[in-house]
Amino acid sequence: MTQETSGGIKPKHQRLVLILLAVGALIGASLLAMVALQDQASYFYVPEDIEANPPEPGQAIRLGGMVETGSIQTAADGVTTEFVVHDGIARVPVTYTGILPDLFVENSGVVADGRMDANGVFVADQLLAKHDENYTPRELEEMTAEQMRAELQESVE
Amino acid sequence: MHLYANPKRFLSIANWLTPILLVGGLLVTGAALLWGFTQSPPDRLMGDTVKILYIHVPAAWLGMGGWTAIAIASLVELVWRHPLATIAARAAAVPGAVFAFICLATGSIWGRPTWGTWWVWDGRLTSMLVLFFLYLGYIALSSSLAREGQSSRIAAIFGIVGAINVPIINRSVVWWNSLHQPASITTGGSSIDGTYLWPLLFAVLGFSFLFGGIVLMRMRTILADIQAEARLRRKAQAGTMTGEEAFQ
Repeated sequence: MTQETSGGIKPKHQRLVLILLAVGALIGASLLAMVALQDQASYFYVPEDIEANPPEPGQAIRLGGMVETGSIQTAADGVTTEFVVHDGIARVPVTYTGILPDLFVENSGVVADGRMDANGVFVADQLLAKHDENYTPRELEEMTAEQMRAELQESVE
Repeated sequence: MHLYANPKRFLSIANWLTPILLVGGLLVTGAALLWGFTQSPPDRLMGDTVKILYIHVPAAWLGMGGWTAIAIASLVELVWRHPLATIAARAAAVPGAVFAFICLATGSIWGRPTWGTWWVWDGRLTSMLVLFFLYLGYIALSSSLAREGQSSRIAAIFGIVGAINVPIINRSVVWWNSLHQPASITTGGSSIDGTYLWPLLFAVLGFSFLFGGIVLMRMRTILADIQAEARLRRKAQAGTMTGEEAFQ
């Protein structure tokens, strides 16, 4: 392309428009790809997904969610732990045999590798603790929820 | 825009700005890390492991910022043919790659005690690893083009196309369920307690100074290389030296 064919537009403006068009097309294509990847690229399924679309028993999946308060129970053999993972919408009972990660506590995030058995119980081979986006010193832990919120609010301002 | 196209004018600024950024960066980073490591309390769940935040977060931001800089410089190079833009993009690649690597390494060290694993293939970790590989590819491509004396246009296109990964890294924890936690610091505020947040922000500032200083330093090195090569070529063409002498 030369200047004549584009009606006197400066070459650098022509290049700018060309590159912006190319970048626009690229962003469009990537967004489409990302939307298409939505289901496949997730690291885990939440209980809601499992309820809506139950996986085949025995199919390897990852389950992620919050450990329900008061649901952690240690079985008679001492190494098997049973608990419930929920996401506020659905709940899935989980059983796991092995050493628990340090951050595995009630009402915290967990990601479990494993499979559903025929009774609708998730049998986990591996447990990963999921950390949330909150970073709070130990002293704050003993405060009430209101106090903690006020403290966090202060630190934001 | 073309005010700094003249390397002489650029050098007259870069020559005094480089030491200021490097020394200032070392002081601010050192102070921020000392402050953070000694003064901030253990986290309610992670204990002292939380303090790796002061290195991990600045490294992640600068790893992504480095590629953003490459993309902007590449655009300026392609559209305005700015001679310093090519050099700036090449100069930003190595520190960018180093910070991306530091981010991956510190994240892995933090992940072992916190999550219970060194590595998972979730959206955030994978896209960050892709960024590191993009850096390696960019460095190999741009340095081989420079060595062959070819146009750096292909590297510039690679820089712009690769930039698509930066928003993917940023959004990966929102679009997909990931083991990595979502952003703590957003435009809406921060969910990091003040005792961690302030040292962190100073560490980000200090590391950014260091990044800028390293980029300027590398730009000066590349400019000096180009000048030395041009001088050798002129002398060789003028025939005042034998080939052997020209390399001395």
